[in-house]
Amino acid sequence: MALELELISPIEIAKDSVRAIQEYALLSVQSVANLFRRPIYAADMQQQADLIGVGSLPIVVLTGLSVGALLALNSASTLQRFGGITLIGQLVSLGMVTELGPLITGLMVAGRNASGMASELGSMIVTEQIDAMRALGTDPTKKLVTPRMAATVFMLFFLTIISDLLGLCGGYLVAHFLFGLDSNQYWTSAWQILVFRDVFMGLAKPVLFGFIIATIGCYYGLSTRGGTQGVGRSTTQAVVASSVLILVVDFFVTKLIFALLGYR
Amino acid sequence: MSTPTAPFEQQSVSVEDSSVSAIVFENVSIAFEEKVVLDDVSFRLPRGETKALFGVAGSGKSTILKLALGLLPPDAGRIVVLGQDVTQMKEEELFDIRRRVGIVFQESALFDSLTVRDNVAFRLMEEHLSDEEIDKRVRESLRFVELEHTMQLFPAELSGGMRRRVAIARAIITQPEVLLYDSPTGGLDPVTSNTIVELIMKQRDVSKTSALMVTHRLQDAFTMATHQFDKKTNEMFSLPKGQICDVPMSFLLLRDGKVIFDGDAHQLATSRDPYIREYIS
Repeated sequence: MALELELISPIEIAKDSVRAIQEYALLSVQSVANLFRRPIYAADMQQQADLIGVGSLPIVVLTGLSVGALLALNSASTLQRFGGITLIGQLVSLGMVTELGPLITGLMVAGRNASGMASELGSMIVTEQIDAMRALGTDPTKKLVTPRMAATVFMLFFLTIISDLLGLCGGYLVAHFLFGLDSNQYWTSAWQILVFRDVFMGLAKPVLFGFIIATIGCYYGLSTRGGTQGVGRSTTQAVVASSVLILVVDFFVTKLIFALLGYR
Repeated sequence: MSTPTAPFEQQSVSVEDSSVSAIVFENVSIAFEEKVVLDDVSFRLPRGETKALFGVAGSGKSTILKLALGLLPPDAGRIVVLGQDVTQMKEEELFDIRRRVGIVFQESALFDSLTVRDNVAFRLMEEHLSDEEIDKRVRESLRFVELEHTMQLFPAELSGGMRRRVAIARAIITQPEVLLYDSPTGGLDPVTSNTIVELIMKQRDVSKTSALMVTHRLQDAFTMATHQFDKKTNEMFSLPKGQICDVPMSFLLLRDGKVIFDGDAHQLATSRDPYIREYIS
């Protein structure tokens, strides 16, 4: 049987894209608005916080530690050449707190949880469980999306703090044991370099990233079509879209905070 | 089955009589992308009656159930459920009417992460009833489908027939005024199918619930038209020939998105329409 390729007009593609953006925007707004409408599914939020937060802890610990150590290792040889090895604490601290901590944690949690949400909700769509929930008089956005959104935002905030701290510890291990830097010197310089703007930037990002991860994961899950193959497709799309969106949003948030609070 | 069918004169359905009708479809049409699934469909489900919906695969039977619950909006026409026009309602407003209607999905659609108890109790938990009250009512509902012993099991641990019975228990726990069954005996062995048919009949004759039942199995619907459930003996019995028309049971046949038959078992059996004769043969 000859393979028939169907040509889709650019107008149709544009229409589909606009419809997808509109649906995503609507879901995002509803997920926030539901926080102020009854019923509030507190038990579901708690359960999701456990799954997302505690469940992601091992990968966040490992990646945070590794990134901090790698950052120190890669920059140490250059700093040493110019006699600036003492600046290593500042470099790791600034890098981890403002950029790498939130970004790496966001990407790790996106890989783990956006895919999990998309596949779970996608499976519920193809087995008519979402229809059953609506038929039983329950709003799936309230019951499934809002708890995941709230839990991801809340837990990513704390996971990022843990990642930042472990990144600093990783940097310290390299700086102290491989390059012989004094502990006091490392921690003092790491601490003193940070100003309000850096900490604000580092803690504002996970809030946005958490929101992106949960809403993208839920959006792709709830728009799953086409059986188990569709679930696989949604899962992949959720990870790709959330990762790309995190990187794009990261750039603009950094630029915005610099514009508002001034450059270093 | 390609014999052309004479056009069926659809009954003119008036929305005004919705106090005696559980569900009214008035000139309802719906299409998915280019494919027309229902085309100007009208029918009425009187209160207390069970109507079996027939048609070949893809004829729009399951779509009718989803439209009745407001899970899908029609492209044209009006749908009145328990006196309320669901086509004019927003999703939030529909939740109230859905609480008065129970549905059994084709593949049961049980929540696989919840136990049987929590599946059946889903609506009650949403209403924040006490645990004692929930347990009491879940037990009653599961006793009705004879699955009281499965309370702590997960859906994956049940057979297909048991899942279907749990879905019935979930649908009836709030004693809804209308029940919608989507192929309740599809893919089941004859013995289990018979058990399910008996449960649906029990719901019709004991609780007097109105119901729409999508099915491919004519024999199930004919069993329901020729039998009644006896509450005392807790089993169904066959009716003498003359009494068959007294059973609140009707048949609706769809073809190419249109209603080609809407009537009782006797009218169906004596129809001269070649397509219908071939369908029921």
